[in-house]
Amino acid sequence: MTDARAAAAVADAVAAQRLRIVASLIQVTGDWDLAEDCLQDAVERALERWPVDGIPDNPSAWLTTTARRRAIDVLRRRQKERTKLREAQALAELARDLTGDDPGPYGDDRLKLLFTCCHPALPMAGRVALTLKSVAGLSTRQIARAFLVSEATMGQRLLRTKNKIEHAGIGFRVPAPHRLAERTAAVLAVVYLIFTEGYAPTEGEPFRDDLAAEAVQLAGLVAQLLPDDDEALGLHALLLLQNARRAARADAGGELVTLEDQDRARWDHDQIDAGLAALAAARATGRPPGYYRLQAEIAGLHATAADAGATDWARIVIAYDALLALRPSPVIALNRAVAVGFRDGPEAGLAAVDERGDELADYPLLPAVRADLLRRAGRRRESAAAYREAVAVARTEPERRYLERRLGDVAADRP
Amino acid sequence: MKYLLFVACDPDHTEADVAAAPDIDEWLEYVNGKGLRITGDRLRPVSDATTLRVRGGELLVTDGPFAETTEWIAGFDILECEDLDQAIEVAAKHPMAYTGRLELRPFWPLDDE
Repeated sequence: MTDARAAAAVADAVAAQRLRIVASLIQVTGDWDLAEDCLQDAVERALERWPVDGIPDNPSAWLTTTARRRAIDVLRRRQKERTKLREAQALAELARDLTGDDPGPYGDDRLKLLFTCCHPALPMAGRVALTLKSVAGLSTRQIARAFLVSEATMGQRLLRTKNKIEHAGIGFRVPAPHRLAERTAAVLAVVYLIFTEGYAPTEGEPFRDDLAAEAVQLAGLVAQLLPDDDEALGLHALLLLQNARRAARADAGGELVTLEDQDRARWDHDQIDAGLAALAAARATGRPPGYYRLQAEIAGLHATAADAGATDWARIVIAYDALLALRPSPVIALNRAVAVGFRDGPEAGLAAVDERGDELADYPLLPAVRADLLRRAGRRRESAAAYREAVAVARTEPERRYLERRLGDVAADRP
Repeated sequence: MKYLLFVACDPDHTEADVAAAPDIDEWLEYVNGKGLRITGDRLRPVSDATTLRVRGGELLVTDGPFAETTEWIAGFDILECEDLDQAIEVAAKHPMAYTGRLELRPFWPLDDE
């Protein structure tokens, strides 16, 4: 047995079982830190023992049992110091679980963990951080990096979030049936936010692929845990379809490439197929399309078009109309105007923008969209003015460079 | 878990919200029937409030509440619930959830570690 093979087996078992082990330990003990520590301890033991003893027949069960034994040890030691009812109950339950072969209601525990991390009584930043930590299994350092804060700051944020769960009495449970829809929406919002932060960060680097990939994974897990929820499927479809474009979004020099100009051969076609399959499953629920499914429909229409010209812009505009009716927002209105521009020509697109001029006035992407439509309409001077405005409010460095390039093209009268 | 439910006024609501609000007696019947309410009452408006402090050994008494806001405390209830979700369910049925604003604060007992 080589250490490398054992280490790979440990990594596989952790990838498969981490969430189940942590969720079930939180469920039984109510102690989030204890759950993480016991898993960590089990992993360390595995890395020590497996190269010597060989990989166990059932690595997952080995890891689960070791983590549970560790929890029992810790709780026993604590109990000697002071008796707590909750810990005594947890001990009894853990000991009982160890004796049987029944792995317990793991699926439920993972769902409970998800709903607890995304509880609306927690601050949004805390929900995001705790979901990445406890559900996705990222380290505090990784999360801190992803959100451009120090490890100490992120550690504090996680601690405050866990404290609120404990102090405010947020129960480790799946919400009551009549709250399930709104609480599921809260979970999906957290996953979507993690994705957008990775796929279109509001500051810093252009994309953080690792964060976007985590969000896709999370969306897959949520869809798997809530198989009857069409919006969970819709979100999974949406993230797969969007993330499939990641390799084509920047050229060799790291410069932004817009959807229209992307090399579609570089899209991840396996991921597109998976996205389309999830979208079909969402449709098959027979429910009217929701916020995420409509966006997935749009992403699907892009994903299956040979190029921008061959895209079914008419259906995309219809989907945007439905989205606007469901949840009006400046971003959607602006995207709809762009689609109208492709369907009916740039002047029509401009008219669609101006129709909603007031509500879009403060939206930072407005000048960039107008500049592009004006450029297509051949109104170069106005386009250049709009590009200058867009450069001034660009949120990221690559975005600014892209807009400056476009400005240069328009000013030099290049197509 | 014990929660203090602050019941506050909030001018931001519509006539439809007023119409949709359940009756306070209904709420009391429901919450007392389930044994989830320890006590609670209405409070006189802030014009009847008195604020005081002792500074430098001297007692200072003033007319009015801590802070003048449009959202002043109009009442309170002490709830005994299984967890926050249950407290939220109970509070969501309170008439002032429709025409005011409720704040749930968990107790922090002094003998707690």
